[in-house]
Amino acid sequence: MTLIETFDLAWEGLVLNKLRSFLTTLGVIIGVAAVILMIAISAGAEAAIADQINALGANLIIITATRGVPGRPPTLVYDDALAIAQAVKGIAGVAAEQSLADQLIKWGNVSFTTPALGTTPDFPLVREAPLGAGRFFTQADLDRKNKVIVLGSKVAQDLFGDTSPVDQEVVFGTTRMTVIGVMAPKGKVADTDYDDRVYIPLTVLYQRFLSNIQMNNRVRTIYVQAASSEMMDSAIGRIKSVLAQQHGVTLSNPDFIVQTQEDIIQTQQATTETFRILLAWVAAVSLLVGGIGIMNIMLVSVTERTREIGVRVSIGARSNDVRRQFLLEALILSLFGGVVGVIGGVGGAWLFNEMGAMRTEVVPWSLGLAFAASAVVGIFFGYFPANKAASLDPIEALRHE
Amino acid sequence: MKSQTMSSPFIPQSVNADPIIRVEQLVKMYDVGEVPLRALDDVSLDIWRGEFVAIMGHSGSGKSTLMNVLGALDRPTEGCYLLEGEEVGEMDTEELADLRNRRIGFIFQSFNLLPRLTALQNVILPTRYRVENRISAEEREEASIAALESVGLGDRLHHRPNQLSGGQQQRVAIARALVNQPSLLLADEPTGNLDSKSSEEIMGILQTLNRQGVTIVMVTHEPDIAGYAGRIIHMKDGKVLSDGQNGNKRQAERIPVAQQEINE
Repeated sequence: MTLIETFDLAWEGLVLNKLRSFLTTLGVIIGVAAVILMIAISAGAEAAIADQINALGANLIIITATRGVPGRPPTLVYDDALAIAQAVKGIAGVAAEQSLADQLIKWGNVSFTTPALGTTPDFPLVREAPLGAGRFFTQADLDRKNKVIVLGSKVAQDLFGDTSPVDQEVVFGTTRMTVIGVMAPKGKVADTDYDDRVYIPLTVLYQRFLSNIQMNNRVRTIYVQAASSEMMDSAIGRIKSVLAQQHGVTLSNPDFIVQTQEDIIQTQQATTETFRILLAWVAAVSLLVGGIGIMNIMLVSVTERTREIGVRVSIGARSNDVRRQFLLEALILSLFGGVVGVIGGVGGAWLFNEMGAMRTEVVPWSLGLAFAASAVVGIFFGYFPANKAASLDPIEALRHE
Repeated sequence: MKSQTMSSPFIPQSVNADPIIRVEQLVKMYDVGEVPLRALDDVSLDIWRGEFVAIMGHSGSGKSTLMNVLGALDRPTEGCYLLEGEEVGEMDTEELADLRNRRIGFIFQSFNLLPRLTALQNVILPTRYRVENRISAEEREEASIAALESVGLGDRLHHRPNQLSGGQQQRVAIARALVNQPSLLLADEPTGNLDSKSSEEIMGILQTLNRQGVTIVMVTHEPDIAGYAGRIIHMKDGKVLSDGQNGNKRQAERIPVAQQEINE
C-alpha cells in the first residue's frame, strides 16, 4: 500500500471521528502554543530590558569603580572625569554623577523631599535628557561652585504649579539656590525617575551636602559618550589607560570597570536566560502532556476499533498497513495540533501585546522548534498504540464486541 | 498420492484434478486450563474447484477453527494446508495477508462492514490493500461498483451500513469479498443474523456465484441452510464425522439480479 493510500485511510479514520480527533489534538495545540508564547514572553522581557538600557544614551561608555587599591576605598573621582575629557579623543561628552539622598526642597510655603543628582555640564547630552526650559549648569558654574539648581519636570510641577520656575529661588536642604532650568519629561529609565529629582553641580554637592571628607570628590559613575559608534573601541582603550594612570594601577589589575550598553544588556540577558529556560521547560512539559494525551486516545481508539482492525486484516491488510495507518493518524493529529498551536501561540503573543498585558516578541525559531516537537511527539507517542494495533490477533479482533 | 486423489468421490467431472484446498492431518491445540484443547483433531479433506461445501457442527465442534485455518487467519499446530497447491504453512505474514487479500473472500455472520464507510467505500477497501497487480483508483471504483451491482445493490452505493437492512449489509459484504476476484469464498454463518427471507436471498446469491465457478466453503449449524450446498461435512469434537454429497440440494427461489442479467 502506498503512502498516499495509507494517508487517505488515516485521514478517513480521523475525519470520521472529528470531535474526538479535535479533543485529542487539543493537548498538542496548547503545548505548541505555550512553547511559542513562553518564548515570546521571555524575548519580550529581554527586549524591554534592552530598550531601557539603550535609553541610558547612545554610544554610551559606563565607568564604575570596583575595588580600591589596598589601603584605600574604591574610588572614582571627579578629577578622573576631567582627565578623560581632556585626554581622550573621539568623545562627545563626559558626565560624572553622584547621587544624594532625599533632601527637603522649599519654595514659598510649598515643600517636600526629593533626591538629587550631582553632575557635570555634559549630563543632558550624554544621558539624552534634554532641557524643557532655561539652561543646564556650565563648567563655570562648577568651577565657581555657583548655587544653581535644575529641576526635574515633576519636581517643577509640584513645586511651582503654573508659575515659571526659572530664576526663582528655592531652598534645597539648607542651601538657598537659584533655579536655572527645568528638564523635559523623560520618565523612568531602569529604576530611576528622571523627572522626580533635582540636578545640582557636582562641586556644590561636595561643598554643601557631603560632610564626610572620604566622600569628597567621589563619583558613583562616569558616563562618556563616544562621538560615534566607530569611535567606541578606541575611546574605551584610551579611557582605560587614562584611568590606570590616574589611579596608579595596571590595566591587567584595574580598580574600575569600563562597560558599554552592550555589555550590560548581555549581563542582563544572562540573568533572564534562567527565566527563559524555566519557561521553555514548563512549555515543553505541557507539550509532553499533550503527547501523552495523544497516546492515551490512540490506545482507546485502537481498543474501540479492534474489530475494524480485524476486518482490515481479514481482507488483506498487512500488519505494516495497520501500523502505518495508526501512526499516520497520530502524526496527522499532532501536526495539525502543531499548525493550530503555532497560529494560537502567535495570536496569543499578539493579543498580549495589543492588550498591553505583557510585552511579547515572537521568536522565529520557536515556531520551527514547537512544530518539530509536535511531529516528534506524534511519532513517539503514536508508535506504541500503532504497534499494538498491528499486533492484534485477527481472530480475537474479529470476535471483539 | 495420486491414487488417493483419484479415489476421492467428490471430483467434479469438468474440472482439473488438483483440489483447490487440501488439508492433511490438521491438528490445532489451544492452551485452555490444564488440559490442552484439541480444536482440530487430525482433519484431512480435499475441496475441489467449483464446489459448494457446507461444514456443520455444534459450537465447539472445530468448524470455526477449521474456517480460520482455511482463511489463513490462524496457523495449525500440526498438519499441512495446501491452497491451490501451495503450502500455506510456509508463507510469511505478508504472503498470508496477500493470500487473504486476493485469493480468499470472507463473509461473516455479523457482516463486519466498517460502520462509518459507505457501501462503496467498504467494497473498495480490499482493492486498496492489494500489493500485486494494483489498479488505478478509477478501476478500483469501477470494479467495486460492478461487484455491488452483481449483488443487486447498484442503487445503494452511498448508503452507510446502518441505512441498509441486514440482508443488504450481507450483500455488501459479499461484494467486498468478491471485489478482488478470489478463487475461494469462505462464509462463516452467513445467515446467522438474518431472517428467513433474507437468508434465502443470500443463499441464492451464493448459489449463483458457485454456478459461475466460485468455490464456496460455508460454516453453518442450520441444516436447511446447509441444504443449499452441494456437499455437507459434519464435524464433532474436532473430527470429521461425515462427509458426503448433498443428495437433496435446495435451490433458492429468488433469483438475484446478477443471475437475471446473466440469463438475459
